[in-house]
Amino acid sequence: MNKIFIIIKREYLTRVTKKSFLLLTLLTPLLFAGIMFLPGYLATRENKEEHKVAVLDRSTLFLGELEDSKSTKFHFIPEEEFENVKNSIGSNEFYALLDIPQSIVSTNRVVVYSNKQINLDVKNHIDWQLEHKLENQKRAELVSRLGVPDLEDQLESTKTRITVDTLKLTEDGAGKKGSTEIAMGIGYAAGFLIYIFVFMYGGMVMRGVSEEKQNRIVEVIISSAKPVQLMLGKIIGLAAVGLTQFLIWVILMAGIFIGAKSMFVSDEALQQMAESQSVMVQSNPMASEMMSNFEPNEFEKIIAEIEGINFPQIIGMFLIFFILGYLLYSSLMAAIAAAVDTEEDMNQFMLPVTIPLIAAIIILANVIKNPEGQLAFWASHIPFTSPIIMMVRIPFGVPWYELVISVAILAASTFGAIWVAAKIYRTGILMYGKKPSWKEIGKWLTYKS
Amino acid sequence: MSFFEVQNVSKSYAAHRALTDVSLNIEQGQVFGLLGPNGAGKTTLIRIINQITAPDSGKVFFDGRPLRANDIYQIGYLPEERGLYKKMKVGEQALYLAQLKGLSRRDALKKLKYWFEKFEIQAWWDKKLQELSKGMQQKVQFICTVLHDPKLLIFDEPFSGFDPINANLLKQEILNLRENGATIIFSTHNMSSVEEICDHIALINKSKKILDGNIFDVKAQYKTETFDVVYKGDFRNMDKVLGTDFKILNHTEREHFNEVTIKHLNGTSNNDLLMKIAPLAEIVSFSERIPSMNEVFIRVVEENNQ
Repeated sequence: MNKIFIIIKREYLTRVTKKSFLLLTLLTPLLFAGIMFLPGYLATRENKEEHKVAVLDRSTLFLGELEDSKSTKFHFIPEEEFENVKNSIGSNEFYALLDIPQSIVSTNRVVVYSNKQINLDVKNHIDWQLEHKLENQKRAELVSRLGVPDLEDQLESTKTRITVDTLKLTEDGAGKKGSTEIAMGIGYAAGFLIYIFVFMYGGMVMRGVSEEKQNRIVEVIISSAKPVQLMLGKIIGLAAVGLTQFLIWVILMAGIFIGAKSMFVSDEALQQMAESQSVMVQSNPMASEMMSNFEPNEFEKIIAEIEGINFPQIIGMFLIFFILGYLLYSSLMAAIAAAVDTEEDMNQFMLPVTIPLIAAIIILANVIKNPEGQLAFWASHIPFTSPIIMMVRIPFGVPWYELVISVAILAASTFGAIWVAAKIYRTGILMYGKKPSWKEIGKWLTYKS
Repeated sequence: MSFFEVQNVSKSYAAHRALTDVSLNIEQGQVFGLLGPNGAGKTTLIRIINQITAPDSGKVFFDGRPLRANDIYQIGYLPEERGLYKKMKVGEQALYLAQLKGLSRRDALKKLKYWFEKFEIQAWWDKKLQELSKGMQQKVQFICTVLHDPKLLIFDEPFSGFDPINANLLKQEILNLRENGATIIFSTHNMSSVEEICDHIALINKSKKILDGNIFDVKAQYKTETFDVVYKGDFRNMDKVLGTDFKILNHTEREHFNEVTIKHLNGTSNNDLLMKIAPLAEIVSFSERIPSMNEVFIRVVEENNQ
């Protein structure tokens, strides 16, 4: 209908052409990307800082043996200098002072002095170096004492590392690479996004209807268009705004993902990986087989797993659940905004509508841990929670018939809600004065147009 | 058949009766005053004419045939409680409302240009509505109401919020619209403006029509047969001269002339009165008291409420 289209156009254009819309739409993914990538980025930055660690080796087991890392450089000092270095730590060139006692072999204990808490990188490096060297020395001693031929190699071959590859079985029986953590992440993000979208855009519908009623714009428009057209035009127009925003986000996210992939994975990391791999392979031929099975870079692993996700399905279902969930809630919100005059009354009537939404978010935490449970099943079929909860379940895999049933129930409820809302809206939008009771609103449903 | 007819329309909301068996005949080119106290049912009737609500019973005819959905393109309605989008630009807003009334964007632009020039408000086009004063907003709303050249116009308290100069401008525009063939339903509580521009009135009270007619007939109907006479001369024994056919309501003596207010009794004519006074005093002026619409309104409604 032409008139609905004119109304949709106005609702859409007045919002999309606002500067705040553009700003929010562009900044949100950047913020999101920042939260995702900033810690990793900072971690790589920090490693470039060098920390000099003075070492007093009373045991003489490690002299010249400790290897430097990118961020940690060892510097051995004679015992005479110990007090001197210790007293001026922080103000001299040293970041920390490592005191290795004579009894280290039996006590397995060392002391590190510093004027502030040393960072984890340095601590881990010291830890690892000492353990590694001691272990090697102990083993070498044992090997030479026992005199068994090839013992060292045999011991090496007992080292085991297990990688759990999670494969989801598809209909045709083929395994598909999956990751519980990634599924959780995506499920959580999708469910939460629906929640935010419904709240945000439902709220916009509500405020829009309320503005039209309180400013009496509706009195002017109502002689040109039918109330139902006005209501549906607003709801559809705002849905289009939401979808536009979502589309821009999907494009931006894909761009950021591709950008991040090339930035973090390709050049430096890959090169480094290749180097370390070849070194290890040279020193230990048996490790080569192991290496080929296990992915050395967490980040690349995540990227590979993200690429393994069925995005078209998730995005498709997201759109369906977003649109239906939004229509369900926003039509009820529009009806309430039309029925009442004041902000306070609106908040009071809005409570029963927002409770299921908030309940869904509470249930979400449980469902994400147990996506196959009873609660997950019911919450993903009951129309008021299903848009959020089903989205949480989808990345874990949901049988197609459950999806169909859930969507069908939601669609039917949405149509019912729109029908009821249209009746309430039609009467309420032109009623001023006293606050209606639930009973009166019920009566409006039976009014003839 | 009249241009616009309302036939035996009734409407009730739950326990409340808004209209009871109301009929109106509005002729083409008339300015028809729809009067009545608050809550009498005027707004409901206007909403029925605009097809915002449907009557429980009764019929509405437009241009000789039953009112149809498409007729809203022929009707312009300026509601009493009216508003526009505060944050939308004036021009965009006017275009939007015009398109909802079925005008194409091009036609709307052309007509808006005409009206904006006529009211000398071209500079407002790109302003947000909230930057305008209330009177300015009303002007924009008036333009939006008449833009699509409706055959029937409904103005509900059109002058509220206007200063006297702009109210006069608006009055002239309303009369121009009538000159150009539009039929106008005019609802107001301002009875002096009713006398200025209405040809015909109907008065609704407590959901029922209690008065309907040409404005002169209505006023004549509520004449009190009272005359004000200003005369020169001494006329102390006037009551004796006038006898029982007349009653003196008020008698004031001034320096140069005297005033007397006389009521006819027993169906005597104006000439009877003049003939009684003329031999005794010099008559300066003689005028019949015609009730104002304000007086008619109050009297009719109060009588009806008793």
